[in-house]
Amino acid sequence: MVPVIDRRLIFVTGKGGVGKTTVASALALFAAEHGKRTLLCESDERGDIAAYFETEPTGFRARELLPDLWAMSMDTEASLREYLKLNLRIPVVGRIGPLAKAFDFVATAAPGVREVLTVGKLCYEVREGHYDLVVVDAAATGHIVGQLAAPQAINELVKVGLIRSQTDWMLEILSDPARTGLVIVTTPEEMPVNETVELAARVKKETTVELASVVVNRVLPELFGRTEEEIFEQLCRPELTEELSELAGGDARPVLDAARLAVTLRRTGAGHLERLRGAIDADVAMLYLPFLFTKIHGMRTIRQVARSLGEELGF
Amino acid sequence: MARREAKANAEGSLSGLLASREIVVACGPGGVGKTTTAAAAAATAAARLGGRVLVLTVDPARRLANALGLEGIGNREKRVPREAFVDAGVKPMGELYAAMLDTKESWDDLIKHQAPDARTRDEILANPLYRNISGRFVQSHDYIAMERLFEIHSEGTYDLIVVDTPPTRHALDFLDAPERMADFFSSRLLRWLIVPYRSKIVNFASKPFYQVADRILGTQFLSDIAEFFILFQSMYDGFIERARSVQRLLADHRTSFIVVSTLEVVPLREGEFFARALADRDLHLGAIVLNKVLPAYLRDPVGATVAAKLRDSAAELAEQLTEHTDGLDGAQTERVLAEIGSSYLDYRLVAQREAEERAELATVPETLVSVPFFDTDVYDLAGLLRLGARLWGD
Repeated sequence: MVPVIDRRLIFVTGKGGVGKTTVASALALFAAEHGKRTLLCESDERGDIAAYFETEPTGFRARELLPDLWAMSMDTEASLREYLKLNLRIPVVGRIGPLAKAFDFVATAAPGVREVLTVGKLCYEVREGHYDLVVVDAAATGHIVGQLAAPQAINELVKVGLIRSQTDWMLEILSDPARTGLVIVTTPEEMPVNETVELAARVKKETTVELASVVVNRVLPELFGRTEEEIFEQLCRPELTEELSELAGGDARPVLDAARLAVTLRRTGAGHLERLRGAIDADVAMLYLPFLFTKIHGMRTIRQVARSLGEELGF
Repeated sequence: MARREAKANAEGSLSGLLASREIVVACGPGGVGKTTTAAAAAATAAARLGGRVLVLTVDPARRLANALGLEGIGNREKRVPREAFVDAGVKPMGELYAAMLDTKESWDDLIKHQAPDARTRDEILANPLYRNISGRFVQSHDYIAMERLFEIHSEGTYDLIVVDTPPTRHALDFLDAPERMADFFSSRLLRWLIVPYRSKIVNFASKPFYQVADRILGTQFLSDIAEFFILFQSMYDGFIERARSVQRLLADHRTSFIVVSTLEVVPLREGEFFARALADRDLHLGAIVLNKVLPAYLRDPVGATVAAKLRDSAAELAEQLTEHTDGLDGAQTERVLAEIGSSYLDYRLVAQREAEERAELATVPETLVSVPFFDTDVYDLAGLLRLGARLWGD
């Protein structure tokens, strides 16, 4: 299987709250730092990428945030305008009002239109070779299949015309595992893992895009191995706990309780990870990112996650 | 059905809210246990308050089945067997039902109810555009979710309906969906587009707009669109009426919203965003539920001192400790002490951050319910009831 970082178009999805945007940003930063001209695109117009990179809000026109790293936010109406300009030479500059109205109408009437304009713009950037890599902070798990399957759906729905031929080349890019891949971000918790497993199956069945990698975010550290755990159990015996408290100059029980909580949380997570690994095709790479305890925001977080990602990718 | 008298909404409990409202909508960011919270609230209401309680999940991903131990629950409400409660050690006062939103099925039902005649109904159901909207695309979820809630509520079968919603940003769409639907059907643009079809003047060449549209979309697709909306127009009045009714129901005093979040920064900001959005729409925010709150002992000042000592003087402590205890290896004990010391300090950072966030939230004058981290994930009815007990303020 083609390693995720060697592809040209990567969609990053995940259940809300698992760190989808963080991972997409870190992946883009990592690629840029390794000399790839990279475009990071958020498909939600109200996205957070600007805040993560501590910069001005991003727009439809890509802007270079850092060397080799461009960012844009998807705006389906602007995408339509660009499309019309390129393909039909329709002068729409300055006539945004009526276009917006007409667009709103068509998009509501045929709800795949928004998705296809999003995916279409991204495929266009890949086809034109403006960037070495396009990383998409894509729709969340519940909606990603709709987004990825939209060109196919439109292709089946519209038998002739310009749209038909447009979706043909889009599908060619999307279906090519050397160029396009999906990354699912998850955490070692019950529901995110369940959704990841379900989503992987749906993506296989309902879309032409290949699952390239699963990123497991916020993996808690392992406290100790088996023999050390036996020692820990001994320390928890009242007489030893009391002795430890005396030696340490205060009640050691909160520390022992916290260690037990940490072990339990880690173990519960490990169980889910095992289940996840068993349910995902063996050739799909799993990348593990550690839980970050320290209070960090913005660029520092992205850099730290990019470093961890790089290690997992074997750099 | 008789339900217990609504009691004053005690601080830190959902019991009053669940007893007094007919619809409780759980909303908030993803990944915070919203679905589980909704299911736990419904299960506990069924167990303690009595009556018929339904939990309805509208999230596209199939989560609720896991949490309720129900395989393959679909659009139809399905009763959670009484035995499941008894197995969990509870004799329920009432009955619990669960349903998941099947978008396609719900749309079909709606068309069947609203179509003026059998022919229109069949034509709509067979229209390719309709089939795509109802089955494949996501946006249709938002409207149909509200529609389905309205439908179930108006049947009057349940004393309480607890609704789970998709993550925040989509949940906002879900609140605005009825209005958008009404707007859409009232739009002049819609009428304009279908005029040539309606008047049977299918002379596209004469109109530049149709010429362009035809070039982009193809004639077949355009006529599918037009046919679809002509058919839909026959249900226009019904739709507008229903969309308005759905909106009224959400704003009604019988309905309340709970925002579910954790104390992590990102989900919490989204939760606050949602609370503001509710206020802007004059919708009732009944409570904020905070999940996975870390235990207070992590913020114990003595604990921090002890942990730092374990981490920094692990060798010395291990030596003293192993002196009088048989079977304790010095080097391994040292590692364990250092490890648990620094682990405590790591978790303490998170716990302190969360405590600050919670203190800020406490100024919001709504009920605030905290649910601790459970040792294991909630995956069965017993777990839901345990979580529910915390929601009840036990």
